[in-house]
Amino acid sequence: MSFRERLQSWRYNLVPDHLVGEILTKRWTDNAIPFLALVVTLATFGSLIPGFFKLTSLQESTRQLGEFSMVVTGMTVVMLGGGIDLSVGSIFALSCFSAVYVFFILEQSIWLALAASLATGLIFGAINGYLVGYLRLRAFLTTLVTFIFGRALFDILVTTYAADVQLSTATSDVLDFIGDSTFWGLSVSVWLAIILAIVTHIALTRSRPGWHVLAVGGSRRSAHNAGIRVRRTVFMTYVFSGFCASIGGFLIACRLSGAGPGTGLNLEIMALTAAVVGGVSLGGGRGSVIKGLMGAIIVLTMTNGLIRLGYGTGTNQMVLGIMLAVAVTIDIRWLKNRHKVLNEVYVAPVYLKMGATQSAAPGSGTPYELDNRLSAADHIGLGELEGPEDVILDRDDHLYCGTRHGEIVRFFAPDYVKSEVFAHIGGFPLGLAFDKAGNLISCVGAMGLYSVSPEREVKRLSAETARSWTSIVDDARLRDPNDCDIAPDGRIYFTDSTKRYDAHDWALDSIENRATGRLLVYDPTDGSTKTLLDGYRYTNGVCMAHDGKSLFFAESWACRVHRYWLEGPKAGTAECVIRDMPGYPDNINRASDGNYWMAWLGMRTPSFDLSLRHPDMRKRMTRRLPQDEWLFPNINTGGVVKFNEKGGIVEAMGDLTGGAHPMVTSMREHKGYLFVGGILNNRIGRYRISGADPNWTSTASYWGARS
Amino acid sequence: MNTISRPSFRSLNQEGIVFAIAVVLFVVAAIGLPGFIDPNNLVAIVRSVSVLGILALGMAVVVIGRGIDLSAVAIMAMSVAWYLQLLNTGTPDGLAFAYVLAGVLAIGLLNGFLVAYADVPAIFVTLATGSFVFGYVRSQLITQDAVPVPQGHWVELLGGRRFLDIPIEVFVFAGLAFLFFLFLRYTKWGRYIYFAGDNPVAARNIGIPVRPMLVLRYVLSALVALIAGLLTAASLHSINTRVVNSTLLYDIVLVAVIGGIGLSGGRGGVRNVLVGAALIGILLNAMTIIDIPLLYQNLIKAAILLGAIIVDGIINPRDEQTAQQGDI
Repeated sequence: MSFRERLQSWRYNLVPDHLVGEILTKRWTDNAIPFLALVVTLATFGSLIPGFFKLTSLQESTRQLGEFSMVVTGMTVVMLGGGIDLSVGSIFALSCFSAVYVFFILEQSIWLALAASLATGLIFGAINGYLVGYLRLRAFLTTLVTFIFGRALFDILVTTYAADVQLSTATSDVLDFIGDSTFWGLSVSVWLAIILAIVTHIALTRSRPGWHVLAVGGSRRSAHNAGIRVRRTVFMTYVFSGFCASIGGFLIACRLSGAGPGTGLNLEIMALTAAVVGGVSLGGGRGSVIKGLMGAIIVLTMTNGLIRLGYGTGTNQMVLGIMLAVAVTIDIRWLKNRHKVLNEVYVAPVYLKMGATQSAAPGSGTPYELDNRLSAADHIGLGELEGPEDVILDRDDHLYCGTRHGEIVRFFAPDYVKSEVFAHIGGFPLGLAFDKAGNLISCVGAMGLYSVSPEREVKRLSAETARSWTSIVDDARLRDPNDCDIAPDGRIYFTDSTKRYDAHDWALDSIENRATGRLLVYDPTDGSTKTLLDGYRYTNGVCMAHDGKSLFFAESWACRVHRYWLEGPKAGTAECVIRDMPGYPDNINRASDGNYWMAWLGMRTPSFDLSLRHPDMRKRMTRRLPQDEWLFPNINTGGVVKFNEKGGIVEAMGDLTGGAHPMVTSMREHKGYLFVGGILNNRIGRYRISGADPNWTSTASYWGARS
Repeated sequence: MNTISRPSFRSLNQEGIVFAIAVVLFVVAAIGLPGFIDPNNLVAIVRSVSVLGILALGMAVVVIGRGIDLSAVAIMAMSVAWYLQLLNTGTPDGLAFAYVLAGVLAIGLLNGFLVAYADVPAIFVTLATGSFVFGYVRSQLITQDAVPVPQGHWVELLGGRRFLDIPIEVFVFAGLAFLFFLFLRYTKWGRYIYFAGDNPVAARNIGIPVRPMLVLRYVLSALVALIAGLLTAASLHSINTRVVNSTLLYDIVLVAVIGGIGLSGGRGGVRNVLVGAALIGILLNAMTIIDIPLLYQNLIKAAILLGAIIVDGIINPRDEQTAQQGDI
């Protein structure tokens, strides 16, 4: 290995480039920018203002924070639902006035004042919700108008009753308690705000109404089409916002024992700025209560800090304006470009030097030498089928295969002309196997392991395994379950080809060539799924050895076949039995003569092998070239290879014309015939194997003759 | 304007209704209110809405292009306040005006740039810049809320100028309205605004420079705001920056929307502004004559604006299936 190659292998195999992309897919990265802003703000003002972090100073700031963050929580929920509520300032002020009016002027109990406060907020919120939700008016303008309306009403009420409030002698211990006392250093309003935030957070992330809000905000039309009552959900968000603002208003009524012309002034732009600065997305669906709270702290620290630093009238508005503009712009740009950034950095190829291989060219004289036998195969379902990745036959000789349309199709024996949809699954059924009871087990691409009973009842067996400790993206989900086989004790062994890409992006996985394929086992007795082996380059076909004590599995991008021992001294370990093949192996199945059939989905090429030694080139390729021009494994030629128990190659056959079976992903021997499938093919081939046992069937080989 | 993009009977309906209401109000006020029909009062009505109308013209151009400019009032008050402050502190007139003009253009360009090239919703951009303009000028450039016009300055003289016994701002309003009418109706760029407002994507596809034109609209709106500010200062001999926190901004939107300029863009014109301004002018004047306190006037205006938006929402309903995500 040259020095340059060694450097490349270190650079690309030891530096975990792929983590950058994986971290970017995490939603919590959205929090990074607001969190950084929070730290910077606190640090700046903490160092500029002496005594900023002193307890009394903090108590004074947090008291205000309690009321403010409640309003922001309400605003956050509305924004998550895809709306906006500019009337929070008015609701806040009116609720404050309601409480003051009931308590000081009517001299009723503080609880009645609270009730009046809440009623004001709920009614106001319901009006907003009705207009925006049910009448579908534009949220911004509508709440702007209700804001003016509420503000005008408040101004009238305050000027009318201000003197009466001043003269009132009503007092209450409860009021003083809510307004002034502290618990463990934090005021009542902060505690209430924390409780409200926690409850809201749980409701949003773990309850049906909360999910509906996020769904409506994420895509209103999709939510509507999914049967969510969009209008009612939107309505409820405004009612909730009104509720939050009214609690805030009640608290400030307790704290200030009155309402003045300044109550709730500029609150709407502050709350909006807080939510947006915190990273709650405009237009909905993205954001959280925590983000809103972070934004609230930033905005409040900033505005209070500026006042304490002695800047004059207007500074607040200036800073709020700048913050709002910057935050909105960042939000919009980030939302728009995030997937572009992700596309740029997600594919992180590694270095691999493939071993030298023997030729498969006709006439080369090697065991891999391909011939033209498969071109003579009969065709079944020509033109009706799309993508029979795997094929299998039952005890009555009927033929089953998966299709691209998410169905398992059955062709009837003996001539395989008539067909029917045996079961509809939804995902792309790949590997197939029959268990002892005659259930058809299938690995469904991007979905998991499924079982179809003879009565056509579809059941999901497994869709996830245990998450590995070092994973960043949750690798519990089966991303690309590919092939399965069943041990004599009923356990289902299956492969999940990659953790990095979805099934249809297999070409990207081959270009990246990172070893993330797994071998898993599903235990039908307790329904558990365990990961047995991890770190292979696209694990593919699985086949139980004839004695049932070990299994073979293919590692496609490395062109290797491994044997995994279930019993015996090597139980639980894998060893490589075939290496450096000239083709990329796919499914493996039993042959009647005690050997194994293996499909080649494509052939290695010197150019792609060379590119595997140049990860930098492949990285540039995926970034700069359109997908059509990428270099990836040659899948225009494949074949079927027979190998023995020891891994020795017995024979190989192919379709050199490329007309019938250029690429083979599966083959199944049945009563002297070989049934051949290809994931990109439009037919199943039936090839008469000369000298094969005309009575041998795969099902009998696994489960014995029909009892 | 009614033939532009909407079945004409609807256009006639909405605009017609508002116009009819204005006429009815006018008749009722003329009969019921003493002194309403007096020529001086009629001039006062027109005068009272002329600044509002000028601002609404700028707003109309932006709204027709499917935008909104919430920074108009801040630009109007703060630019003139800064101008007067510069004059009061002895800056030469030409230089001061150049500064202010540059500032106004810069804000207009900033609005337009953020809306057009950064794809930020106009509502947030202009809300933020409005807040910034007010805050910056108030805290950094001027020292008190109200800035007086220097003695003998042309702005003051402008305020006293009358022609045929009608104050100058009425003529300015009329002139600007005519100019905007010509611009929107008969120039290529004016027609493009309708295309861009009606369907920005299609407009872009047929080769209209949608983005530069967006910038142009916000610059235009800012310049109109400067003119309105100068006229305000001329008639009041000072400018009070507290107007930014008043409901003037909503009155502007009110004039535009109630006159029948759809907020979803692409429809309406100068005539709609005139109709809207007429209604608001009559209404305000009548309320003043009846002696309704200002606070209640705000309440009534807000109620009317709410009604206008609801009617607008019913006549131009938003399409659930084609509405843009995040269009709030």
